[in-house]
Amino acid sequence: MSVQHAGLSRLRRTEAWTAWVFVAPVVLGIGIFQLYPTLFSLYVSLTDWNLLTPPRWVGLSNYVDLFTVDRFFYQTLINTATYALGTVLPGLALGMFFAVLLNRNIRGQQIYRAIYFVPVVAPAVALAILWAWLYDPNFGLINSVLRIVGIHGPPWLGSTHWAMPAVIIEAIWAGLGFNIVIFLAGLQGISREYYEAAAIDGANAAQQFGSITLPLLSPVTFFLLVTGVIGAWQDFTITYVMTGGGPAGATQLIVLYLYTQAFRNQHMGVASALAYTVFVVIVALTVLNFALSRKWVFYEEAV
Amino acid sequence: MGAQEKRVTSRGWRIANRKALSGLAVHLVLLGAAVTMILPLLWLVSSSLKEPGRQFIWPPQIIPNPVYFNNYVDLFALAPMGDYMVNSFKIAILSVIGTCLSSSLAAFAFARMRFPGKNILFAAVLGTMMLPGAVTVIPTFVIMRWLGWIDTHYPLIVPAYFGSAFNVFLLRQAYLGIPQDLVDAAKIDGAGFTRIYWQLFIPLGMPILATVAIFGFLGSWNDLFGPLIYLNTQEKMTVALGLTFLRARMGNYASGAGHFGAIMAGSLLGLLPSLLLYSIGQKYFIQGLARTGIKG
Repeated sequence: MSVQHAGLSRLRRTEAWTAWVFVAPVVLGIGIFQLYPTLFSLYVSLTDWNLLTPPRWVGLSNYVDLFTVDRFFYQTLINTATYALGTVLPGLALGMFFAVLLNRNIRGQQIYRAIYFVPVVAPAVALAILWAWLYDPNFGLINSVLRIVGIHGPPWLGSTHWAMPAVIIEAIWAGLGFNIVIFLAGLQGISREYYEAAAIDGANAAQQFGSITLPLLSPVTFFLLVTGVIGAWQDFTITYVMTGGGPAGATQLIVLYLYTQAFRNQHMGVASALAYTVFVVIVALTVLNFALSRKWVFYEEAV
Repeated sequence: MGAQEKRVTSRGWRIANRKALSGLAVHLVLLGAAVTMILPLLWLVSSSLKEPGRQFIWPPQIIPNPVYFNNYVDLFALAPMGDYMVNSFKIAILSVIGTCLSSSLAAFAFARMRFPGKNILFAAVLGTMMLPGAVTVIPTFVIMRWLGWIDTHYPLIVPAYFGSAFNVFLLRQAYLGIPQDLVDAAKIDGAGFTRIYWQLFIPLGMPILATVAIFGFLGSWNDLFGPLIYLNTQEKMTVALGLTFLRARMGNYASGAGHFGAIMAGSLLGLLPSLLLYSIGQKYFIQGLARTGIKG
C-alpha cells in the first residue's frame, strides 16, 4: 500500500467518524423518540396497563372492545372523519380561490397575504378561546351580527347539531392562510407563457383555469390534501378548548379521546389502541391518496 | 385624429373600464376576506379593554368606552401570568437552539460528507416524517416519567436537541445548493469539517436556519398537548396551558364569579409574541413555507 493511499484512507476514516458524530443526535433521537415508541405503543395496545402496576397481556381485546363494546368509538371516528373532510376540502377550495385572485398581480398582494396568514401563526389555544367567545349564543359577535340582519342565531357550541359545524368553521378560518400561501407559491411557479399561448388560441379565463391552472397546481393541491388530512386526524387543541368534546360527545375527536383514556382514565392500553387506529387510518388515507393521485395529479416534468 | 384611431381609443377605454371594474370586484372580495380574518382578533382586543360586564351588553360596543386597562392588571393577580410567559419563552428559546444545532449538524453531514450507512440513515430520517405524533406520545410520556421528568420543563426541551426529521430535510436541501468550490477552497486552507460547517454552512444557510428557528419557536410557544400532559404546577406552566386553566376557572360569566376581560387580556398576551415574531420574520416564513409546499 502506498503512503499516499494510506493517507487518503485515514482522511476518509476521519470524515466518516466526524459525520457519525454529526448525525448521532438525530439518529439517536429517531431511535429513542420515534422507533422505540412506535413499537412500544403497539405492545401497550395489547395490554391492560394503568402505569402503576405492570402491564397485563390481553391480546387484541382492547381493539375488540373498541369496535364492539365502546359506546363512543364509532361516534368519535365519524366525528373525526367529518371534521377532516369538513375542514380540508372547503379549505382547499377557498385557498385556491383566494390564491388565484391574489395571483393577478393585484395591488397590495403582500398585505393581503400577510393578513390571511395571521391566524396560522397564532396559538391555537388563544384562537379557540376567542372563537368560543364569538360563538357565545347570547353575547357573541356572530349571533349579534346575525341579530342585526334579523336571524336568531343557533346556540352553536351548546348544540349537538351546530357544535361540529362551528368547530369546522373555526378550523377553516385558522388554516386558510396556510393554503393560500402554498397555492400562491405554486401559482407563481406556473410560466406566463402557457396563459399567453392559450389566450392567442382564444381560451377564456375559465378555460385557462381548467386546462392550465388546475392541472399545473395539482401537485400542490395533492400536497395540501395529504398533509391536511393527516393534520386534521390529529387535531386536539381546538375541541379540547372550545367544547371539551361535547355537547354529548358531538365534537369528540379521536386524539382528544386518546388523551382522555390515557391521561384522565389511565387506560394506557385502550389509548394505545386508539393511537394505532389513528396510525392505520392515516397510513390508509395516505396510500389511498397516492393511488388516486395517479388519476388526477399532473407532473409537468413527466410530459 | 383619424376615425380609426378614435375607434381604437374608445375600444381601449371600454377594455380599461372593464378591467378596472373587475379589479374593483376582486379587491372587494379580498377585502371582505381580510376583514373576516382580522375582525375576530380586533374583537379580542376590544373585549380585553372593556369594563367587567361590558362585554355582555346590547348592542355590543365595538370601541370600548371607557377603555379599561385593569383587565391586564387583574390577569396578573388572578394567575401567575408572568411565570407563564417566562416559562414559554424559556422553553421555546432553548428548544429552538437545540433543534437548530442538531438538525443543521445532521443536515450538513447528510448533504456534504461521505460515510457508511448514510443512505439508510437518511431514509430512516425521512421515514419518521410520516409517523403521526399520536403513536409516540404515550411511550414518550413513559420515558419521561421513568426519567423523573414529570412536572419539569425537560420533556418540552430535551427532545429538540435530538433534532427533527423535517428540519434535517429542509436544511439538507439548502446545504446541497452551496457551491462545492467554496468547500474545496476551505479544505485547501486546511479547514476541517467542523470549521467548514461552522464558518461556511451556518452563515450561508442562515435564511433557511431562520425559517427553522421561527417554525420551532412558534411550534413550542403554541403547543398545548405537551405542556398539558407533562406540567402540573401552576408556576411551571406555559402560556398556552395556563390560559386553559384561567378560562376554566374564570370563564363562567353566568355565575357572576368570572373575569371575562382578564381571559381576553391573557389570550391577547399569548398571541402577541407569535404575531411579533411573524411580522419580523415574515420573509423567512413565506420563503420556508413555499419551499416545503413546492418540494412536497
